Amino acid sequence: MEFVQGNWNRHIDTRDFIMRNYTPYDGDESFLAPPTERTLKLWEKVKALLAEERRRGGVYSIDNKTISTITSHRAGYIDKDLEIIVGLQTDEPLKRAIMPFGGIRMVHTALDAYGYERDENVENVFKYRKTHNDGVFDAYTPEMRKARHSGIITGLPDAYGRGRIIGDYRRLPLYGIDFLIEQKIQAKQNLNFEIMDEAAIRLHEELSEQIKALKELKSMAADIYGIDISKPAQDTKEAVQWLYFAYLAAVKEQNGAAMSLGRVSTFLDIYAERDLKAGRYTESEIQEIIDDFIIKLRLVRFLRTPSYDELFSGDPTWVTESIGGLTTDGRHMVTKMSYRFLHTLTNLGPAPEPNLTILYSPRLPENFKRYCAKMSIETSSIQYENDDLMRAKFGDDYGIACCVSAMRIGKQMQFFGARANLAKALLYAINGGRDEISGEQVAPELLAVRGDVLDFDDVYKKFEYVCEWLSKLYINTLNVIHYMHDKYCYERIQMALHDEEVFRTMACGIAGLSVVVDSLSAIKYAKVKPIRDERNIVVDFKIEGDYPKFGNNDPRVDDIAVNVVKMFMKKLERHRTYRGAKPTLSILTITSNVVYGKKTGSTPDGRKHGEPFAPGANPMHGRDTNGCVASMMSVAKLPYDYSEDGISYTFSIVPGALGRSEQDKVQNLVGLLDGYFCEGGHHINVNVINKDVLLDAMDHPELYPQLTIRVSGYAVNFIKLTREQQLDVINRTFHTRF
Amino acid sequence: MGSAKGFIHSTETFGSLDGPGIRYVVFLQGCPLQCLYCHNPDSWDINSGTQKTAAEVMEDIVRYKSFISSGGVTISGGEPLIQPEFVSELIDLGHQNGLHMAIDTSGAVPLNCCEEAVRKADLILLDIKSIDNDKCLKITGRGNHNALQMLDFRERVGKPVWIRHVLVPGLTLIESDLIRLAEYLKFYKCVQKIELLPFHKMGEYKWQVLCRSYQLYGTPEPTQEEMEAARKIFLDRGLPVS
Repeated sequence: MEFVQGNWNRHIDTRDFIMRNYTPYDGDESFLAPPTERTLKLWEKVKALLAEERRRGGVYSIDNKTISTITSHRAGYIDKDLEIIVGLQTDEPLKRAIMPFGGIRMVHTALDAYGYERDENVENVFKYRKTHNDGVFDAYTPEMRKARHSGIITGLPDAYGRGRIIGDYRRLPLYGIDFLIEQKIQAKQNLNFEIMDEAAIRLHEELSEQIKALKELKSMAADIYGIDISKPAQDTKEAVQWLYFAYLAAVKEQNGAAMSLGRVSTFLDIYAERDLKAGRYTESEIQEIIDDFIIKLRLVRFLRTPSYDELFSGDPTWVTESIGGLTTDGRHMVTKMSYRFLHTLTNLGPAPEPNLTILYSPRLPENFKRYCAKMSIETSSIQYENDDLMRAKFGDDYGIACCVSAMRIGKQMQFFGARANLAKALLYAINGGRDEISGEQVAPELLAVRGDVLDFDDVYKKFEYVCEWLSKLYINTLNVIHYMHDKYCYERIQMALHDEEVFRTMACGIAGLSVVVDSLSAIKYAKVKPIRDERNIVVDFKIEGDYPKFGNNDPRVDDIAVNVVKMFMKKLERHRTYRGAKPTLSILTITSNVVYGKKTGSTPDGRKHGEPFAPGANPMHGRDTNGCVASMMSVAKLPYDYSEDGISYTFSIVPGALGRSEQDKVQNLVGLLDGYFCEGGHHINVNVINKDVLLDAMDHPELYPQLTIRVSGYAVNFIKLTREQQLDVINRTFHTRF
Repeated sequence: MGSAKGFIHSTETFGSLDGPGIRYVVFLQGCPLQCLYCHNPDSWDINSGTQKTAAEVMEDIVRYKSFISSGGVTISGGEPLIQPEFVSELIDLGHQNGLHMAIDTSGAVPLNCCEEAVRKADLILLDIKSIDNDKCLKITGRGNHNALQMLDFRERVGKPVWIRHVLVPGLTLIESDLIRLAEYLKFYKCVQKIELLPFHKMGEYKWQVLCRSYQLYGTPEPTQEEMEAARKIFLDRGLPVS
């Protein structure tokens, strides 16, 4: 049986192939196959390895001698005879490689932390070769260093790989590597510039690098794993294998913060449907291939430092896979493969990776919505994002990078920019630009707030002034970072799996939104008295009276939230960016809400120095008192048009509060998702879990090796979080009612 | 119309346990009963709570339409039917907005005082405290006559009722009583569902805050097995139990 031909046969166009060939599936989950004996046997081996990794303090082993490249390591297997899909980052499962081009310092810190020697040969290379990190710090201004040090901008990818780039890994199975190489050579020949200026030179160099990377990928498959990928994949197994090789090359070359997979399930379903019809594979055999693939994705590891783990806790890799959604002409894109991917949570048990993301629309088939809800209730491993919002901006072949960042696959990338601490910015506004903890003048000097009671108009005006300064500094800092990343740590293979013309965004972010908003609301509706210390810095506040809090669907305060987001975004977009990238904004903290809280003094909302922020766009815990629907309504009001890089909301509920019977629970969760997305909510993590389970897991981690919980934008093994972060999760609002 | 003000105890935007689907729950203030196991004794006092017109309450409810359009609204309490005009008006306004309107009641109020509201409601969640009149008196301070009359009325007008029954070990979790209740209910066509609710102690602290004397400190919560056995009594008589 031949695939339906079209545009995709003439040039690279994965979307066209999918649209012409995929088969929507409206049925329920009853067709799914249980794990085969082979799968269970393999998974048992992996579970033992994972237990050993935990026993060794989180790192199984490190190859400290080999700089990781696409072809750096010999073949690695879990158990060669049992594996259907092959390939590991190094020659052994869970062994971490060093990827020093982002920053040799980070490699040093990690090796020191885990008790490994620095290798002489590796050290020698970096006597002569500069890294991204070196480049950035050569160009940082004193002001940038100061802002970074004080923590008003943190988490910046200036010492590690930036990530958040999704290669179109589907191109490899669809076209075979030879065609991809040929296309890039052609593209290079077609470059025609009057003047070889910096942009033109860069483009030439990048295309050459991409071609080399593709050739290395071919060699990795053929010479290391003995598989010829020169031609298109012929069946499901080959399609998955080819696709995985393309992804594997990326995670061998780049230690990016988030190394997302894209939107592969519906693409792969086309092969599976054909094989099922032709009788080449049974359902069980196809599920077995997918289970094997998912096992591989669960084993992706990067060498990172303890301070990095503090920000992005639980060893995440963000192998985000986007599932579902609708086409621009209104068909749903749910296929049997959408089910099979989710079914791995049953066959292999829950896990944080891959980061399974449902592109949700109330118009998805009811059967699928119910199945997703059921899996959320059982595993707390799924996140949902608003396909109706994103489709309008990104079409129907976008994927999510990291947590909430949508991008057209193979056509768009982002310059990841971590986040600015807006709560701190508010304190700078109150303190005349001085840091509330160190007392240092970080922002330009301005008149500090005077008097015994804070005045809303006065504070807001000053806050805007600080945001003006901050947005400019922020963009400029990112310009430095991404200039250097392109120069010293270019994502060769991932960009080889993009078109030549790529749309770029400068993905800024904010942390502490609900703290800022509640603070402003307190200043406006209650009486907030500043308490100054001997340095004349406001270190605490006394609040008299009550004030409306974000998370209760109260327009008085929700409007403040909307205005703050719009205000900051408008300021960002006025600045000039590297490579003409379009500035965007996310409201997302990952787990850095804890670290941000530590580095931020007491705030006018009553939050004390050191207390965590709420994650992402969440209301502060305990302050949303009108029930979870009111809380969702407040978050849903945040304007996606002004935070196009995503708005993260984490929702936790105890199972009993979701409904009486299992059926009620499923139906009510679907109802919540439908309502939230109808109201314009962008993203939601769903946790359905009892606090007691989490408390017990803190005391007996060995009993909960696979306990997974969603945090801001990703999922983690609960037991891999630091104790502090575990407590933060537990202290957050769990919606209950009796 | 539009004049009756209600005494509101609180509202909950995500009600998942009081009727079908996601429901906005309005808890009204005030209750004539003083159930031994009440977990909201702070809602007894008739003279507190916030005063709002039905129109004001509905104005807030409709903001949640995207969530409750397939569920609805449940008017609970306290005992909502001690404010019958207000309840009746709220139901009318709900119907104007296409919402499914339910009342969660103990049936303590005489039917002739609240007939209109009871007739209009799309669903009545009727909490029968005990089928035994004396026991009902002991638990709540009043008999069960009004509740049973309300059930008859709904049967007559042909509109659905969900029966709720709290199982308290030593008090209502008694086989003979449960059999009697099941036998009584099995001939009612209007009874769509029976919800057996395990007694829980999560409201205990409220009794302490209110300085009221609580008699059930020593009473345990029912076990899974006890709940199952109780359910079976109703299932065996063809009654749908959850």
